[in-house]
Amino acid sequence: MTSFLQQAFNGLVSGGFYALLALGLAVIFGMLHVVNFAHGAVYMLGAFGAVALQDSAGLGFWWALLLVPLAAALAGMLLERLLIHRLAALDPLYNFLLTFGIALVCQDLLRMKYGAQSTPYDEGPFPGTLDLGLFDYPAYQVFVLGAAAVVCLAVWLLLTRTRVGTVVRAATERPELTRALGIDTARWVMPVFGFGVALAALAGVLAAPMRAVNSGMGADLIIVVFAVVVIGGLGSIPGAVFAGFAIGMLQALGNLYVPVLSQTSVFLLMAVVLLVRPAGLFGKEEHAL
Amino acid sequence: MILALLDRLGARRAWLRWGLLAAGLVSVLGLPWVLYPPVAADILCWGLFAVAFDLLLGHAGLLSFGHAAFWGTSAYTTGLIAIHAGVPFPLAVAGGAVAAAVVAVPIGLLAVRRSGIYFAMVTLAFAQMIYFIANQWGDLTGGENGLQGIPRELPGLDLSDSFVYYYAALPLVLAGLAAAWRIVHSPFGRVVAAVRDNPARARALGYSVDRYKVVVFTVSAFLSGLAGGLYAVNHGFASLQEVYWTTSGKVVVMTVLGGIGTLWGSLLGAAAVVRLEDWLSTSGFDEVGIVTGSLFILVVLLFRRGIWGTVSHLLQPRGDTASMQSADSGNGTVRDPAAGDRPERSLVREP
Repeated sequence: MTSFLQQAFNGLVSGGFYALLALGLAVIFGMLHVVNFAHGAVYMLGAFGAVALQDSAGLGFWWALLLVPLAAALAGMLLERLLIHRLAALDPLYNFLLTFGIALVCQDLLRMKYGAQSTPYDEGPFPGTLDLGLFDYPAYQVFVLGAAAVVCLAVWLLLTRTRVGTVVRAATERPELTRALGIDTARWVMPVFGFGVALAALAGVLAAPMRAVNSGMGADLIIVVFAVVVIGGLGSIPGAVFAGFAIGMLQALGNLYVPVLSQTSVFLLMAVVLLVRPAGLFGKEEHAL
Repeated sequence: MILALLDRLGARRAWLRWGLLAAGLVSVLGLPWVLYPPVAADILCWGLFAVAFDLLLGHAGLLSFGHAAFWGTSAYTTGLIAIHAGVPFPLAVAGGAVAAAVVAVPIGLLAVRRSGIYFAMVTLAFAQMIYFIANQWGDLTGGENGLQGIPRELPGLDLSDSFVYYYAALPLVLAGLAAAWRIVHSPFGRVVAAVRDNPARARALGYSVDRYKVVVFTVSAFLSGLAGGLYAVNHGFASLQEVYWTTSGKVVVMTVLGGIGTLWGSLLGAAAVVRLEDWLSTSGFDEVGIVTGSLFILVVLLFRRGIWGTVSHLLQPRGDTASMQSADSGNGTVRDPAAGDRPERSLVREP
C-alpha cells in the first residue's frame, strides 16, 4: 500500500511536468495553430538557465524561477516575430518543421557546451523529506507538485475569468468572427507564444534540482507530451492538464506492476484513445488541419 | 533519377528524358569511385529511404514523423535474420522490409484517423513506442549496445569489400526506386494524388480514402524497410539510433531539402545530407544537429521548393504553368483552383 501511494505520488509529480508542458503547447496551438516541436528544447534550456545563473552569477533557485521564464518569454516573442510569423499563412506543417530544426540546434549547442553528461544543480530549496503520514517524501517534490497545480489553475482562471482570456479563447475558436467584432487578434499572437514558451522554461527550472540536467532531457519528454496532447485533445486546456496528470500516474503505476510496459503504456493508451475518440478525450472534432 | 523533371517537360523532350536518366545511372554507377564506398552505400540507403518517405509526403500528402520505426524495424529484423539464419543478404533484407510493412499496417490504420499535424504527432508517438520496445527487449536487440555482428552473405561474391557490397546492394535500391516511380504513375498513384488534393471529392467519387492512405503508408514503410535493412548490412550492426526520432527527422530534412513531391529530388537531398554529415564527422565535429537543424530552418524559411523543385521550376517554360501543374499532380486529377493561386501555401502541393 505504501509503495502504491508513493508511486502514485511520483506519478503526480511527473504528471505535473507533463501538464505544464502540454498546457504551453495547447495555449500556443490554440492561438497560433503551431505545434511547437521546440517545446522540449525550451524545457531543457530552462533547466540549463537555472544552472547557468547559479554558476555564473551565483543566483539561486528563486531567482532562476523568476528570470528564466521571463527571458524565455522574451526570446519566444522574438522568435515568433522573426521566424514563426513568416510561415503563419502556410500549412501548419511548415512551422512544425521549423521548430523541429530549432530543437535540433538548441540541443546540440548545449551538448557542445556542456557535453553529454549531466550537469549538477544542487541549490534547490526545501531539502529533506516531508512526513506525509504513511511515508516520507522529498519536500522539494511536494513543492513541485503544488507549483504545477497552482500554475495550471492560474492559467485556467486567466483564460476563463479575465478579458484577455476571453479574447484569446474567442480568437482560438472563431478567428474571423472575433476580428469582425473589431478585436485585434494579431496583437495577442506574440505574447501568447511567449507565455506558452515561458511555461516550458518554468517547468525546466522546476526540474533542475530533481532531474538530471543534460542536453537530451527534453528530447524524450517532448514525444510523451505529444502523446499527452493527442490523448487530451490538442488545443484543449483541461484536456492537456487532465491527460498530463493521468499519464504521469499511468507510467508510475505501470512501473510498479508491469515495468516492461511502463514506457510504452502511454502510447498504447494513445492508440486506444485514437480508436475510440480520434479527437482526443476533451478535443472538439477537428477543423480541417 | 531524373524522371520527374522529364514528366514535366513532356514527350516533346523525350531525348532529355533519356539523357537525364542515363546521367543518373552513370552517376549512381560511378559513385563508389568518387566517394569512400561505405559512404556511397549510405547514400544509396538514405536515398531510397527519402524516396519512400516522399512517396508518402509528396504524393499522399501525409507527413509521417515516425518513419524511423520502419527503417529501424527492418534494420533489426534484417540483422536478426542474417545472424541466426545465415541466408544471403537480399533475403534477410526482404524479410526486414516485410517486417516493416507488417508493423506499418496497425500504425497506419490508427494514424489515418487524424490528418495534418495530428498525423505527424501520432506517427511520431508510435515510432517512439517501437524505440522503447527495441530498448527494453535487450535479449533480442542488444538494448543499448545494439545488434552487433550482422554478416554480409552472398554466395559467389566477397562482400567484405564495401566496394563490392555497393554493387550488390545497388540492384535492390534501383528496384525500390523503380517501384516508387511505378506506383506514382499507376492508376493507384493517381487516386492517391486525388485523395491528397481533395479528399472530400475523392470520397464522393467512391474511393475509400482511408484505405488508400493505409496502403500507400504500408508501401512506403516497405520501401523504407528495404533501405533500413541494406543500411544495417552495410554497417554490420543495428543500433537504437535507427529507431530514434532524430532518424525520422533526418529523412524529413533530406526530402524537404531535395524538394517535397519531386521523388527524385529526395535522392539529391539524401546525398547532400550524408556527404555533409560524413564531412563534419571526419573533421571532428560531432554536433551534427547544429548543422542539419540550421539547414532545416533555412530550407523551410527560404528554400521551400528544395533543390529539385527549384531546378524544375526554373526550367519550366513560361506561360505554360497550367499544363505543367496538371502533369505534376497526375493527369486527370481535378485540381482545386484556389490552391493553384497560392503557391507554396501548402506543404505538399508543388507550386
